[in-house]
Amino acid sequence: MSAKQLAVFDLIRRHRVAAVLVFLLFFPLLMPYQALAVNILVFGLFAVGFNLLFGYTGLLSFGHAAFLGLGSYGTGIAMVHAGLPWWLALLLGVLAASVVGVVMGYLAIRTRGIYFSMVTLALAQIVYYAFYKAERWTGGENGLRGIQVPAIEIGPWKLDFLNPITKYYVILVFVAAALWFVSRVLASPFGAVIEAVRENEKRAAACGFDVARTKLLVFVLSAAICGLAGGLRALHLSVVPIDSLHYLQSGQAVMMCLLGGMGTFFGPFIGAALFLTLEDVVTTFTAHWMAVVGIVFMGFVLFFPAGVWGSILKRTERMVRG
Amino acid sequence: MAPSLDITPSLIALQLVTGIALGAVYALLAIGLSLIFGMLNVVNFAHGAFFMVGAFVGLYFLGLTGNFWFSLVLTPLVVGAIGLLTERFLVRRLYGRGIDDPLLLTFGLSWVLIEAMRVLFGIEGLPSSTPAALRGAVDLGFGFFPKYRLFLIAATAVVVLGLWLFLEKTRYGLIVRAGARDGEIVKVLGVDVARVWWLVFGIGTAIAGLSGVLAAPTRAVNPEMGIPVLAESFVVTVVGGMGSLPGAVLAGLLVGVVFSLTSLFAPDLAELSIFVLMAVVLLVRPQGFFGKAGHFG
Repeated sequence: MSAKQLAVFDLIRRHRVAAVLVFLLFFPLLMPYQALAVNILVFGLFAVGFNLLFGYTGLLSFGHAAFLGLGSYGTGIAMVHAGLPWWLALLLGVLAASVVGVVMGYLAIRTRGIYFSMVTLALAQIVYYAFYKAERWTGGENGLRGIQVPAIEIGPWKLDFLNPITKYYVILVFVAAALWFVSRVLASPFGAVIEAVRENEKRAAACGFDVARTKLLVFVLSAAICGLAGGLRALHLSVVPIDSLHYLQSGQAVMMCLLGGMGTFFGPFIGAALFLTLEDVVTTFTAHWMAVVGIVFMGFVLFFPAGVWGSILKRTERMVRG
Repeated sequence: MAPSLDITPSLIALQLVTGIALGAVYALLAIGLSLIFGMLNVVNFAHGAFFMVGAFVGLYFLGLTGNFWFSLVLTPLVVGAIGLLTERFLVRRLYGRGIDDPLLLTFGLSWVLIEAMRVLFGIEGLPSSTPAALRGAVDLGFGFFPKYRLFLIAATAVVVLGLWLFLEKTRYGLIVRAGARDGEIVKVLGVDVARVWWLVFGIGTAIAGLSGVLAAPTRAVNPEMGIPVLAESFVVTVVGGMGSLPGAVLAGLLVGVVFSLTSLFAPDLAELSIFVLMAVVLLVRPQGFFGKAGHFG
């Protein structure tokens, strides 16, 4: 690799938010159709929120569908049943995800290791069944319908939200804000504590850091980001499918995160793009796309656990060192 | 939401037995999960899928031979063989890596198994029926109870007893228990631990397959049937304590009874109830009833 390429990589790593945003700005031009680009954007953010916990803190949650779903349902219910404007509804969606994040996090961090994954999965199923049964508010099995945002008014301007390209860039504004926030958190002293907890919990505690509180705080931050992704998804789809609360949805976040590269800043978007494009392409010639994605995922776990972006980063690092 | 029947003591008693029959399947599932975890430190996220494969394979053999007992014996062998292949060619590569890696791998595997059954048997699932010898009901004194569900309880008791005898009374069981305590020492003593792990993974998946073939007549058999079952068996394992055989049995029965009593009094809350039970156990006793991470027995 030439010195020039290395310099580019260095630039990307130093200005990670800007780099991701430049990519996302031109991303719709690369996609066959815009709805897929919006999907990737939303799920990329979902995976970013999940990555905060899995990649950076080392806690494998299998319950993050709860936060995606709560963000979606919170936003949707506020709009459909309370008639609130979309931006207030979005805020309520994030709030709903964060509040449940506190409760779930409090219970889940009492366990460690493998237990944590099982417990988060099971706790998230509580939310799933509760929303499934609360048909009056959530539409039950059919999902919540009728979330309509025809246009977004900012002062004198009126943006047509039904136009997929406009929709993409409106959602990108929120994603950009969230990415900047995540990057700030990771670069802060608190971000260093997070990674210390991942590397060695006992040592972090011995250094005087409150491990339980750190975990809980990351859990809630991660829930809030996933809630935002969920709220944006509700605005994008105009319906909330009940499946968005199911643990299989959590599994998708896990898959995207690992495919892209856990613990990397750009990885979740690569993973989301890879997963959703793969699904999109495979479904055109077989209904059994889950088998293909499952095999690809198993291949990554076995041979490229660092994921696409993680492997690229590792390779450049090796080259830099000589 | 109000139950259509008057709730009488005999109805409650019947529902209790129903819960125990349901709990028997849960107990079997949790035993398989716990056995693999206790030995290999692997959480098998494909456990629900192996259960589902067991149900399909069982019905396939039943259709082929027309003999329920035949399929009851053959199915665990087939599912166990798939488990052996899984350990040998997939899971084994991940030993020594992070504890999350086998979990992720088996999650991916569960997707593949689900699609494999869709390809082989169609997406609609298969009709299942109770074997002729076990049809009808038995008078328990407080009401009539389906014979098949009593058989479920008895079959589980036999499996648990057999497994207990194997673990406690045989040389091989001794190695398994020792391996769960400290694999290194057992290796030093000249035992091929890798082989023991391989067989334990096979036994664990075979039990999952057996619970699938046993549960088939009591529920809808389709490729997705293992998905909720995985979450439910996690609840049982967390409540009972990971890696504990008596914990798995006790928690399995408890979860079954809680589910079936809730479905009598508040049918809408039945699915929720067992997850709430788990949350309560986590608050009061995070390690579960018999939790002692890393040990089995």
